[in-house]
Amino acid sequence: MLNFLARRIAQIVPTLFFVSVLIFSLQQLLPGDPALVMAGEERDPAVIEQIRQQYKLDQPIPVQYVYWLKGVLTGNFGESLRNKMPVRELIAQKLPVTLQLGSMAILIAFFIGIPAGIVSAVKKGTAWDYGANLFALWGISTPNFWLGILLIFLFSIKLGWLPASGYVPLTEDWRASLAATIMPAFVLGNAISAILMRHTRSAMLQVLESDYVRTARAKGLSERSVILKHAMRNALTPVITLGALELGTLLSGAVLTEQIFSIPGFGKLIVDAVFNRDYAVVQGVVLVTATVYITLNLVADVAYILVNPRLRG
Amino acid sequence: MSLMRLTILASALLTSLAGTAQSQTTLRIGIAEDPDILDPSIGRTYVGRIVFSAFCDKLFDIDEKLNIVPQLALSYETSADGKAMTIKLRPNVKFHDGEPLDAEAAKFSIERHMTLPTSFRKSELASVDHVEVVDPLTIKLVLKTPYSPLITQLTDRSGMMVSPKAAKEAGDKFGLHPVCAGPYKFVERVQQDRMVFEKFADYWNKDNIHIDRIVFQPIVDATVRLANLKSGALDLIERVLATDIKDVRADPRLVLSTAPELGYQGLTINIANDKAKGPLSQSAKVRQALSLSIDREAINQVVFNGEFTPGNQWVSPTHPYYQKSFPVPGRDIAKAKALLKEAGVSLPVTIDYMVPKGTEYEAVAQVVQSMAAEAGFGIKIRAVEFATTFKQPRPANSRCFRSPGAAGSIPTAIPTSSCAARRRRMTEVIPTQTPTSCWKRGERHPTSTSARRSTPS
Repeated sequence: MLNFLARRIAQIVPTLFFVSVLIFSLQQLLPGDPALVMAGEERDPAVIEQIRQQYKLDQPIPVQYVYWLKGVLTGNFGESLRNKMPVRELIAQKLPVTLQLGSMAILIAFFIGIPAGIVSAVKKGTAWDYGANLFALWGISTPNFWLGILLIFLFSIKLGWLPASGYVPLTEDWRASLAATIMPAFVLGNAISAILMRHTRSAMLQVLESDYVRTARAKGLSERSVILKHAMRNALTPVITLGALELGTLLSGAVLTEQIFSIPGFGKLIVDAVFNRDYAVVQGVVLVTATVYITLNLVADVAYILVNPRLRG
Repeated sequence: MSLMRLTILASALLTSLAGTAQSQTTLRIGIAEDPDILDPSIGRTYVGRIVFSAFCDKLFDIDEKLNIVPQLALSYETSADGKAMTIKLRPNVKFHDGEPLDAEAAKFSIERHMTLPTSFRKSELASVDHVEVVDPLTIKLVLKTPYSPLITQLTDRSGMMVSPKAAKEAGDKFGLHPVCAGPYKFVERVQQDRMVFEKFADYWNKDNIHIDRIVFQPIVDATVRLANLKSGALDLIERVLATDIKDVRADPRLVLSTAPELGYQGLTINIANDKAKGPLSQSAKVRQALSLSIDREAINQVVFNGEFTPGNQWVSPTHPYYQKSFPVPGRDIAKAKALLKEAGVSLPVTIDYMVPKGTEYEAVAQVVQSMAAEAGFGIKIRAVEFATTFKQPRPANSRCFRSPGAAGSIPTAIPTSSCAARRRRMTEVIPTQTPTSCWKRGERHPTSTSARRSTPS
């Protein structure tokens, strides 16, 4: 187990290095010059040259990369071309927002997806099953931006219950914070809950037909105990792993949903940075999200090993 | 020549808020983008100007009728030879950090605009040779050559005054905590979320400021911006989609303000850099044919719900500078075909048409594409994101470019600036008035050499 952990942690560093080289190179392929984007309508060549020098854009790409890497190793991610803020500060501003939204979304997904999957498997072939499947189909096929706008129209404009968009930090006012994030979290969670429901259903169906479940029933255990204590525990292992990976995706920013609800998270940050060719911000955010994603993958692997002794080698 | 879009954000609105509000009032404004850095020397975005108007006063301002009026200055005089502009400053003006705005501070601000390495004001102030302090409340701008548009530059960011103490301490990070002499002072900014300003107690014109706090919230999606206004989360929004205007008018809770812009939307043709020497860049007849193949009113009706004004010049037909002897041409397919025949080009004339991504931009391109096809043009639309548009038209990548207004282009429409405010909330603050204008866009004076060299009368 320790060996496995050491091996996996040792793999993180080269992976991150590879990710950083990749993102650095890919950015250079984007058409558009950051200095020109910064200058906008202003076309004074001296100013553009000054911007290039200040941000070392006039240096060869490998040299630019080395400068950036040196900074990262000392905890300095550089500063935003657009607004001069240190990238580290920008990330520190956005990460809690994305963490909150991602966690709420995944909780909603678990709360809806898992019970729906279980009910659908246990009541296979009944109206419950068809209802849950219909819900899953709806969840998967509903575009986030459309659902988001519908929710805003219903809960903000018609009923006036929730704010239409914006964000309030949890530490400032937790009630207002939950009110501001519940709709985007639901939009995100809804799509994931549909995926989780489908996985839970098929895993449960498989488990319910296995020998040990038949034995449990033969022992005379109540149906409730068979399903919740015996079948569900085994069936949920792959679902939890899937949930961890979905959380990783959420933490890399939910671009469309953040845009619609004006949630100042990672998704909005990176999209604006790409559009403005704000290289330092793109690199910083990608590196952080890659780290988060890899770490969550590692946690999922470890959890898998913990529950499945056969994988410990 | 590019038209500069000047912004007077709600100056009419803010100053007309008759002071009856008793409790703390907050005005929440939804803006369409997140501005760049809030430093008047470095800032360059359109939306940035809207925010600057809340906290950074300028030497001069523009009123609703586009007259240049004093703000931090009291008056100015231009020397007989046009090579010096003497500006009298308003007395007893303080920056948000308590520092006085005197001639030394004004000299510092203008010199900062001119010399800060990354300043985007350099070309706007290129005519200024140096700044002299005449007395504690008078400065003199000594010019290299007479330059009458200078006064209009001073009504925009080049005329914004910054606290020398704060600017020296912060350097090019000044925009993270800007200190100016405007009605509101900077409180905080959370990138892509909000910018908060609160009333400045020592503002020179504080008796006319009746709102305690202003919060700017960037909301990119126009539908969501409007939804926020309708739900009461915002009090004022800018840039209402033309297709939403009908809906806003129908809502009794909202007040819509519109004004024809001084800018224009058009189709810019790449003449000088067309390495392929295509017929569009080489033949004036082909360009005339393209212009004649377009029905401008149809574009207005189809894409903009009839809210814009069809145009064919750099100003709207209602503008004093509009040349009435060249009215908006009607669509004439027969004539367009005849011109193409005269030009001796093989049909269809292919055109690579670059447009920035966006529903309205792309819709205009599609309407132009289908109309021009009838005359014999084969237009290929290439929608690219905004940053790429800066780079692409320069080399010969593109033959045609949809732009908000530039030389060598075929103007097609004068956009209508529109913004909407919540009626109920606004009337709580202003019992007798509703805002009649949210902001208007101004213009730079004609920058032809002759106009530039003349001195203002």
